[in-house]
Amino acid sequence: MKKVVRGFYSVAYSVKLCKPNVICAYPITPQTEIVENLAAMYANGELGDAEYITAESEFGAASILVGASAAGARVFTATCSQGLILMSEVLFNAAGMRLPIVLVNTNRALSAPLSIWNDHQDSMAMRDAGIMQVYVENNQEAHDMIPQAYKVAENKKVLLPFMVCMDGYKLTHAYEPVDLLEQEMVDSFLPPYEPAAYLTTEKPLAFGCYAPPHIYMEFRVAMQQAMERAKEVMLEVFKEWAEVSGRDWGGHITLDFPESKIFVVAMGSVVGLLRKVVEELKSEGLSVGLIKIRTFRPFPVEELREALKDAEKVIVLDRSVSFGYEGPVSIDLKSAIYGYSSAEIYSFAVGLGGRDMPKDFLAKIIRDVAEGKEKPGFAFKGHQEFEEVIP
Amino acid sequence: MKIKLNLGAISEPLQSEKLKTGDWGTHYPVVDKERCTGCKTCMQYCPDFCIEVKEVGKERYAVVDYNYCKGCGICSSVCPFEAIKMELKDIFKV
Repeated sequence: MKKVVRGFYSVAYSVKLCKPNVICAYPITPQTEIVENLAAMYANGELGDAEYITAESEFGAASILVGASAAGARVFTATCSQGLILMSEVLFNAAGMRLPIVLVNTNRALSAPLSIWNDHQDSMAMRDAGIMQVYVENNQEAHDMIPQAYKVAENKKVLLPFMVCMDGYKLTHAYEPVDLLEQEMVDSFLPPYEPAAYLTTEKPLAFGCYAPPHIYMEFRVAMQQAMERAKEVMLEVFKEWAEVSGRDWGGHITLDFPESKIFVVAMGSVVGLLRKVVEELKSEGLSVGLIKIRTFRPFPVEELREALKDAEKVIVLDRSVSFGYEGPVSIDLKSAIYGYSSAEIYSFAVGLGGRDMPKDFLAKIIRDVAEGKEKPGFAFKGHQEFEEVIP
Repeated sequence: MKIKLNLGAISEPLQSEKLKTGDWGTHYPVVDKERCTGCKTCMQYCPDFCIEVKEVGKERYAVVDYNYCKGCGICSSVCPFEAIKMELKDIFKV
């Protein structure tokens, strides 16, 4: 059933259909309305026997979910920015404990200076936690990703937290027509969660125990192996989703115009606009294609090697910076295709803290690279010239 | 041979007994049986449950479990009868 809804609702409604046992969150802009919608559903008795717990902080919320997930519950939370990094200590633990927690991160910039607007700096800070990360392009993809996230995370070959990343404001606050899923369809796609091991008074267990040097490393190798298996499981789940929902969002990456000489690589909501820009430049005769990275962790190494093997120039648009180096997507992409592609890499940090990225701005970047006006390497685009002064 | 690795470092109870921590500390407690009255103050304060008042024949005094005692010295400092002394382990004597 198609309805015009906001991004918040598209997520909340999808979470409801996944029948979570415990929802726990702490409000933070621009996430709050997701859990407000869920709270309203809870108050209206629409969430079955789910528990809705309000926590005293994001650290508390994540900790409650670790306990609930260890007790065998299907759990959900949403957060972003300062909230996500406050959760970070707990989330690293959740990954090590192999708990299939599903969370939505409504991507927002990090302080300081304080910004409530959109970029990817928050989720990039969680890059190495052992959490799967998928970036969605629009609210329908966010809606569709929730049941898939549970199915991947809860797969016995995987058992890792799953973070669905959607751009704050650009998606969360946007009204879009979303084809809302039916309960019956989600029920047949997503079986009830059967935990591999769980806390009970009959069989006491301790999760995420102490590991001295003689055994710690093996647990981390196991996490890496789980991530590698997740790549396969994701493909199966994405494919099954395409069959049952009729919407095929692609694999780990999507590739428009594979025969091109120049490729633009991006993640998240900007991909929608980029697709339009690339189509127009293509019609002008420019040999340019578009790669949307959907799964950032596990990283689509083989897919990028294959897609970029004959590329001449690759433009990576990062929405965050690893200060002292460059954008994380660009760093990872270079590392992935090293030895497999001789393409020049043009790495640009754009749209930080909600800086607008209009069509002409994106088109100019691509044209300038095509015409040789840019040098390979790293640069910021879209900022004003300034001089730093002491007040 | 492949070792068994529990998913998510999930552990069953009492596994920590396998990890003997008695060699961690620099000092170890020595109980003076003559002074010890068996009052159990040390037993209540020991953070690692490794001092226990036992009946040995007709005597009753505190016995240290040196397999796990980390030598923190709490038992010695709380003892009302100054019956527990902390001594430096031989390997740390220069």
